[in-house]
Amino acid sequence: MTLLPGGGTGALPEDPPGGLRGALPEDPPGGLRGSLAEDPPGGPPRGAEASSARLRLPRERPVRLGPASWLLRLRSAAVCLVLLAAALLLMGLGMRIGDLPMTVPEVFQAIAGDGPAHFVVMELRLPRALTGALVGTAFALSGAITQAVARNPLASPDILGVTTGASVAVVAAIVAAGSTAGGPSGALVTFGIPALALAGGLAGALAVYLLAWRGGLDGYRLVLVGIGVTAVFGNVKYWLLTVGDVNDSSRAMVWISGSLHGRGWEHVHPVALALAVLVPLTLLGTRSLGALRFGDDTVTGLGVRMNLARGLMILAAVLLAAVATASAGPVAFVALAAPQIALRLAGTAQPPLVVSALTGAVLTTAADLAARTAFSPVELPVGVVTAVLGAPYLIYLLVRVRREARS
Amino acid sequence: MSTAVAAARPPSPGRARTLQARRGRLLLVLAGLSAALAAAVVLSIAIGAKSVPLSGVWHGLTGPTGTESDIIVRSLRVPRTALGILAGVALGVAGALMQGHTRNPLADPGLLGVTQGAAFAMVLSIMVLGVTGLYSYVWFGMAGALVASVGVFALGMAGGRGGPTPVTLALAGTAVSAFLYGLTSALVLADDQAMDVFRFWQTGSIAARGAETAWQVLPFIAAGLVLALVNAPGLNALSLGEDVARALGQNVALTRAVGVAAVTLLTGGAVAACGSLAFVGLMVPHLVRPLSGPDHRWLLPYSGLAGATALLLADVVGRVVARPGELEVGVVLALTGAPFFVALVRRRKPVRL
Repeated sequence: MTLLPGGGTGALPEDPPGGLRGALPEDPPGGLRGSLAEDPPGGPPRGAEASSARLRLPRERPVRLGPASWLLRLRSAAVCLVLLAAALLLMGLGMRIGDLPMTVPEVFQAIAGDGPAHFVVMELRLPRALTGALVGTAFALSGAITQAVARNPLASPDILGVTTGASVAVVAAIVAAGSTAGGPSGALVTFGIPALALAGGLAGALAVYLLAWRGGLDGYRLVLVGIGVTAVFGNVKYWLLTVGDVNDSSRAMVWISGSLHGRGWEHVHPVALALAVLVPLTLLGTRSLGALRFGDDTVTGLGVRMNLARGLMILAAVLLAAVATASAGPVAFVALAAPQIALRLAGTAQPPLVVSALTGAVLTTAADLAARTAFSPVELPVGVVTAVLGAPYLIYLLVRVRREARS
Repeated sequence: MSTAVAAARPPSPGRARTLQARRGRLLLVLAGLSAALAAAVVLSIAIGAKSVPLSGVWHGLTGPTGTESDIIVRSLRVPRTALGILAGVALGVAGALMQGHTRNPLADPGLLGVTQGAAFAMVLSIMVLGVTGLYSYVWFGMAGALVASVGVFALGMAGGRGGPTPVTLALAGTAVSAFLYGLTSALVLADDQAMDVFRFWQTGSIAARGAETAWQVLPFIAAGLVLALVNAPGLNALSLGEDVARALGQNVALTRAVGVAAVTLLTGGAVAACGSLAFVGLMVPHLVRPLSGPDHRWLLPYSGLAGATALLLADVVGRVVARPGELEVGVVLALTGAPFFVALVRRRKPVRL
């Protein structure tokens, strides 16, 4: 199975249902190789490889550790390293900006040193940068899982009810508090809003899950139920915006766009904890996630316990998105775009989890940097910029990949 | 499609009878949906914030003499109902087209950037040109919708032969929509006046628009409907897969272009006049697909009729539940339509695209 997620976009959902896709898993490995897009034209003869016991692919290395084995894709690994470096660099650049301008070396000196600069970096700038990177990671990972389970490139945790559920809870609180007490107060902002967002997100997801469950979890039904529930939440959110005072609406709009303004360590810890627990679990599930993109019958035939695998994967996606939303608000577009960008960077058939996660971190960090510098001293909410920055890049990749496929 | 197959192989008598029974059933459903729309129109004209007796409504429609109820019926309820029909038909048909072309159940008629293009142009016109007044917004909204959708289609075409694939079209549309939504959010956060217009626009309403608005968007929606009906047979072929469609003699790029043009005109007209009501277009095709089957020649009219009925009924409910005020039709649609939709999805096996 691990050999299947090869190159070529052939197995994407644009295939006619049934037919082609169903035929893939039975193909002999030799036949499959022909469909890998990255194959060099003059590769070794196929027949020899098909007959040899050990399958060798030019850009993929099997790694074995005792009973465990997995496939190391060289292109994905290289992309990961580049993305990691980019994320760190962007975080460093972001930490330079503020009332006390610094150079990147000064930032690192401040981390090691003492005095006011140390305080500014450690208590204000580092937590903000980390919140951005971790939230981006969590959203992107959640999006990659959702798109794989729903077999739909337009799916995102939004249709799982998480972000919209959280938005309704928070907008209601801001509008209600605004009309009685002249704007949300300190305690509500620090503790109330994250808690409300978490509760609202989990409740929304639970509603979608329960409504979509009917003796099993069908990916298509999940998507349709998600549309319905999201529509309810989304319109209630818009309606709440029209009910309140226009200033409260603006305040609520900042939150529902996703903002990193004034985020401290209390926003970093929950996301870091969630990632530390959920990332290893998700990576363990990669194998069943790889199988889930085939039709239901094929998945069962491949020996994957479908409902269990789907349920666990969706649970992971929901938790990641809910925790990230609680920290920074529903940062738009990351969960949808990062997996699609990652898929095209790594040249895989399905959103690759690690590459997606790192793409999300880079996208969010870059967006926050742009949000703070573009109209400085005015600071935009990060979620406004993620789409403005990420959308052109996704479009560029779409066009380029098509061009490559043609030539 | 089906006619070509039928011509190649003369149907056996039994097969002909099944086909005839099927066609009869389809026509019966069409008549049922039309009747439902007619009933919704009657309700929409008869019921409102101020109770007007049925005799008064009839008087206002047939021989107005300038009484208060005549004015309410003629200048408020009739234009509102007309706009509801126009927008509902447009969004229902556009939704079915969009889901057919992208082969994605998540596709709403605003997917090509139409809704967000309209919103962005409208907000920009308020902030930069200082435009006020509903009738001017409509033109800016329409222009924004057209530009955004042409842009998405061009991006989908770029670098590929034979028209954009469903996935490129859907992703390019989503990306452009998100891009425009980001710009719009940035603008409304900087300007309270634009925010005030935008938040009501986003909810979607057909109230207090006047007859001019309906006349303004009528030509666009009518042209869009013609293109949509022309597009239906080609879309049937496309849903077999692009390669099969090409082998059957379809010009894939042309069919896609006509479809996109139809969706743009229909959705652009509807959202420019009524605000963001895309949920009608998302929900209705899923509701009628079990009745119509996959044939777009039936699915499109069904979706149009059901869309108008749903929009009008939701509007009537909105007038009644919050008396003396009103609830915007977008809110009512989501609150009543969505649970109905979820219940339907749960009850039967979903008809896949």
